[in-house]
Amino acid sequence: MNNGRNGTGANGLTASSCNVAPVPQAEIAAICDRFGNDKHRMLDILYDVQDRYRSIAPATMDAIASQTDLTRIEVEGVASFYSFFSLTPKGRVTIRLCDDIVDRFCGLKDVVAAFEEVLGIKVGDTSADGAFSLETTPCIGMCDQAPAAMVNNVMLTSLTPETARAAAEALMAGQSPESLVSDRFNELSPHERAVRMVENNVRHAGAVLLGPVPEEAGLNNAVGMRPSQIINAVEESGLRGCGGAGFTTGRKWRFAASEKLDRHFVICNADEGEPGTFKDRVLLTERPHLLIEGMTIAARAVGAREGILYLRGEYVYLRELLETVLEERRRRGLLGKEILGVKGFEFDIRLQLGAGAYICGEEGALISSCEGLPGEPKTRPPFPVSRGYLGYPTVVNNVETFCHAARILGQGAKWFHAMGTEGSHGTKLFSVCGDCLNPGIYELPYGHTVWELLEMVGGADAAAVQVGGPSGTMIGRDSFHRKLTFDDLATGGAIIIFNGQRNILEIVEYYMSFFVHESCGYCTPCRVGNVFLQKAIQKFQKGLANPEDIDYLKDLSGTIIETSRCGLGMTSPNPILSTLKNFPLVYAAVSKPSKDGIRDTFDIQSAIDGARKIAKRRSYIFDKDFTQ
Amino acid sequence: MSELPKARIATASLAGCFGCHMAILDIDERLIELMKLVDVDRSPLTDKKRFTERCDIGIIEGGCCNEENVHVLHDFRRNCDILIALGQCAIMGGLPAMRNAIMHSDAPLRECLDEAYITGKYIRNTTHNVPNDPALPLLLDEVYPCSQVVEIDYQIPGCAPTGDVIFDTLFKLLTGKFRGFEREMIRFD
Repeated sequence: MNNGRNGTGANGLTASSCNVAPVPQAEIAAICDRFGNDKHRMLDILYDVQDRYRSIAPATMDAIASQTDLTRIEVEGVASFYSFFSLTPKGRVTIRLCDDIVDRFCGLKDVVAAFEEVLGIKVGDTSADGAFSLETTPCIGMCDQAPAAMVNNVMLTSLTPETARAAAEALMAGQSPESLVSDRFNELSPHERAVRMVENNVRHAGAVLLGPVPEEAGLNNAVGMRPSQIINAVEESGLRGCGGAGFTTGRKWRFAASEKLDRHFVICNADEGEPGTFKDRVLLTERPHLLIEGMTIAARAVGAREGILYLRGEYVYLRELLETVLEERRRRGLLGKEILGVKGFEFDIRLQLGAGAYICGEEGALISSCEGLPGEPKTRPPFPVSRGYLGYPTVVNNVETFCHAARILGQGAKWFHAMGTEGSHGTKLFSVCGDCLNPGIYELPYGHTVWELLEMVGGADAAAVQVGGPSGTMIGRDSFHRKLTFDDLATGGAIIIFNGQRNILEIVEYYMSFFVHESCGYCTPCRVGNVFLQKAIQKFQKGLANPEDIDYLKDLSGTIIETSRCGLGMTSPNPILSTLKNFPLVYAAVSKPSKDGIRDTFDIQSAIDGARKIAKRRSYIFDKDFTQ
Repeated sequence: MSELPKARIATASLAGCFGCHMAILDIDERLIELMKLVDVDRSPLTDKKRFTERCDIGIIEGGCCNEENVHVLHDFRRNCDILIALGQCAIMGGLPAMRNAIMHSDAPLRECLDEAYITGKYIRNTTHNVPNDPALPLLLDEVYPCSQVVEIDYQIPGCAPTGDVIFDTLFKLLTGKFRGFEREMIRFD
């Protein structure tokens, strides 16, 4: 782990003294120097500055800006965009509790209360001595072992009020976050550390990814093939992107390979931020070599010499493991110059840590983030395959896609093509969580029905299943016969199960609050419209909605979908639209026509309350007991 | 056409400037034509303060900034078949809704009143008090467009809408021919 990050008091500087201490220009310059004063490494620079000073203060931004040849406002634009960066001092230990709907249903409230009680601070606060900050954050990819929390770079999972209390007390007693995992944390290997913190929960290993995988079989075959042959093999296998969009991988590679520029890039999207998705977490833990092998094959196919592994900030606990794997592969001649002794086959990967922004899972936003910019999507076309990272052709694929590609090259396209259904070939990792007996990872060929999956996971009493996370579809029991394929129910892997006790509107309201939080704000319909959608859902929750509000939901959703430039806005109304379609009675039951045309949502009592206090008198009109 | 039974209309000005009522008078001599079709019930134009019977059309100028506005608007909704929001203030809150912009304050209403009556640079208020006569209606926490308080059937945009669009809309509603606005009639550039 990065020792700087685990900060034991940042060399004695307390949070408050950071504010007044003059900015040590030389130290900032040294940090920027470490990254070659490269503005594209802004996220890394900001991480290091924050590790050192517990915040990114305005004066520091000036110093960073002059080092990297940017304006201060550009630096501030990045620092303020990502939720893992803070402009105000944070505690030496920052506790981020995962506030996903699954965590809420698993008793998050009591866990929060335990932390608040022991630490003596509320969520959102930093303790006066600068020791602790307590925050909540959207899904951190631990839904199968919720409630979960990040304590600096350490993951705590399956929390109960008791374990939360014990952890908080240990931290209060001055123990390091690492000691919560093991007393011998420093002696453990990176892999041991990861699996001690987080269970893999592999419930069903399939033939491709989680079963036995021969080492480097794909790469060994690929070096003997021409780039076009590699692309042909991937295309013949029928492999489609596993991140959710399902674009044909072979075609993507072919487009990138056909661009005649002198630099090409291969980027792995390990920013699985879709609530309920945690399949990449398991691949990164158990199959990191297969992933890098896949990226290396892609590099050979498209002629890339440089690659980036974009790891979501929430998975920082896997960084050391991945850095070790990269280092090992460089040592073994599987990365770097003359890979496997082949002249001219050169490829290396740098790991880019994200900083807590869901939007960075979107291809364009991910590239922006790699370039050291705020994670805002780019206008398409041009598509990343022709003008991506720094304007060069770039292949961006999901972790699972690269792993599949490596196996396809090892076992042959026909082998892969034979699995699954027409149009959806091979296997898929499903990350199952929520109300079932065995949450975890299931690697299954495409084509199983939702019923079959539910029986496998012990969730046959499900009342609703969210397929593909909030941006996917929520279905009810009458749709459980549908198949998990690209053509029927497409999913990036998330399967969230809700039993009959769960309130559909509460779930929808939570998902809308998630999109409100995660919208990058570039397109007004997405930035503002999602707020209005959330407010409208709250009206339904309070029983104040009219039947016309259902039309309003549909109208506004349509506008947001049509006028947003990236996938976030195009899918953010899905929780509402899919529940309106599949659970119409939920909405019908709580909406009623307004009486006499007077809106129930307008509450005169709360509207005049402020004035009543200022004027120190009652209302003649609306306070009925005035004459008494 | 002359055989049609006369319709009843009512009008009120809430948190507005009476400009929209002036605009109603801008109908000019077509007022005579209109009066052949309607009787005017409760309205500042007739100075009737209460509804005498149920009306076909109610016309509202201005949004709701105080409790009395809400009370009047409720009364109109209960007593009118069709309710029209006339002008920008009724539709969106308009100029009075500028006070809604005081949002980063713990007590926005108090801040607004203080600046208007006590601390404002150009205020000459020798009492140094915020007016608080018991007859004054209590202010709302913010200024609301009419459609947030009651259901509104039609909105005639403009600040103020022209006499032409007001006459045209009313005439067509009364004769059952209203099919939406002509684009030129609601263009202001």
